[in-house]
Amino acid sequence: MDFLEPAFMQRALLAAVLVGITAPAVGIYLVQRRQALMGDGIGHVAMTGVGLGFLLNSNPVWMATLVAVAGSVAMELIRAYGKTRGDLALALLFYGGMAGGVLLINLSPTGSNANLTSYLFGSLSTVSTEDVTAISILAAFVVLVTVGLRRQLFAISQDEEFARVTGLPVRALNLLIAVTAAVTVTVAMRVVGLLLVSALMVVPVAAAQQLSKSFRATFVLAVATGVTVTLAGTVTSYYQDVPPGATIVLYAIGIFVVLTLLAAPLARRRARAAEQAAADCDARCVPTTRQPKDDVKVL
Amino acid sequence: MAAPEPAPVISVRGATAALGARPVLRGVDLTVHHGEVVALLGANGSGKSTAVRSVIGQVPLTGGRIELFGTEQKRFRDWARVGYVPQRTTAASGVPATVREVVSAGRLARRRFGWTTKEDRAAVERAMELVGLADRAKDSVTALSGGQHQRVLIARALASEPDLLIMDEPMAGVDLGSQEILAATLREQVAEGTSVLLVLHELGALEPLIDRAVVLRDGCVVHDGPPPEALGQHALPGHDHVHPHAADEPLRTGLLT
Repeated sequence: MDFLEPAFMQRALLAAVLVGITAPAVGIYLVQRRQALMGDGIGHVAMTGVGLGFLLNSNPVWMATLVAVAGSVAMELIRAYGKTRGDLALALLFYGGMAGGVLLINLSPTGSNANLTSYLFGSLSTVSTEDVTAISILAAFVVLVTVGLRRQLFAISQDEEFARVTGLPVRALNLLIAVTAAVTVTVAMRVVGLLLVSALMVVPVAAAQQLSKSFRATFVLAVATGVTVTLAGTVTSYYQDVPPGATIVLYAIGIFVVLTLLAAPLARRRARAAEQAAADCDARCVPTTRQPKDDVKVL
Repeated sequence: MAAPEPAPVISVRGATAALGARPVLRGVDLTVHHGEVVALLGANGSGKSTAVRSVIGQVPLTGGRIELFGTEQKRFRDWARVGYVPQRTTAASGVPATVREVVSAGRLARRRFGWTTKEDRAAVERAMELVGLADRAKDSVTALSGGQHQRVLIARALASEPDLLIMDEPMAGVDLGSQEILAATLREQVAEGTSVLLVLHELGALEPLIDRAVVLRDGCVVHDGPPPEALGQHALPGHDHVHPHAADEPLRTGLLT
């Protein structure tokens, strides 16, 4: 357990756990809405924030949060009110965000492409105490929203039109999901990096749904998967000289493959059970749907 | 049974609406009285879905007015009294969810925020029982058949214990067995005093329940009165309804028009 000794590893592991919880917790709603790649787009936009942070000599995490939130709100507005070419508007936002980040970081006296790389792919040794404070506050917000409002967020992600008719403030909740996703991207930025953030939002959810039947079980299993792979990836990158972000994502994909293989026999068993249930149902229902007055012989 | 309300449950007067530049509703009048079951019929593109979606505030009107339970629709807030069944072929989304989880979403109309109470859970169980899916409560909706998906959507609307059910093509893609169950569910609701507005392609298994039919053609009401007579084979899906009517033209409500 010597990886617990250095102070930077303690900070890195704490950040890893928070990322492992928050990324799938938001990701599940994005997957439910079939917007699995939204996190990727926010990651690109956040790069401009990182660049701005360097240029203005302020903490890049807070600056990235600010810009990512603005970008995600813009994306949500384009989604909600956008006409046919919404995809093009999103593409402009993504690539503009990335280009802006590269440009700004090169303009700043303290920034370099090496610095940018640590934000793109994650870097453990550079997680500062300041970063850990920022990550903890942001993670608390994400957990509060995704767990506290799970019924409401489930409803709007499941069927937006129906949710509007129930009187839920759907527009506000949609914006809240967008903002929460943006915050999560910046939480995860230091550990997995901006380019791989989306993977940690989506892959644990995809892995969990290989086994689960309910939303609740998917949520719990996705978060458990997230925490497992972020911790394992962080520790691995301490012993081997490999980037943590890439290691974490590959572990997550590994779990996805394992759960998929496990799920195949389970699915077969469930299919058999469903067939049995259907047969039972037929046996029960058929006589009652025929009334004597229908002039059909009742068995 | 509650005392009949003085104001109609739904009152639409001279409603006009457009999708883009195309006028879809051109002065529609539609009334649903307390305890009444009204079917909205018409061919594809006649404006049926737009009419019900404007009633629930999902399509803005360009003219005319809508009242729900005697209140101007824009000021109407009591959405728990309205159970809406949208036109869907599936109750599933990108993440697995059980029947109970989907049906519970309907209860949010009663209690939008805050903890679920015992009362909420009981209402959800009751809604699942009404559509005959209580034994599938813990199953994933992806494991259900098309007709069972429709029943989940109806249970979700019933979870808020509404006084008015608005259903957009609830029988689309539903096998006959499920149609019978849906008709029985609806009969029970109507017996308890629930008012119903349904968009239908065919009267089908619901025919005996329907008090009045409103037929739309090109965004105008062309018939408002007793349901077009359909006997025997005429009620079967796929049959084109051609009925004599005051107007010289035959009334076409069937799938093939």
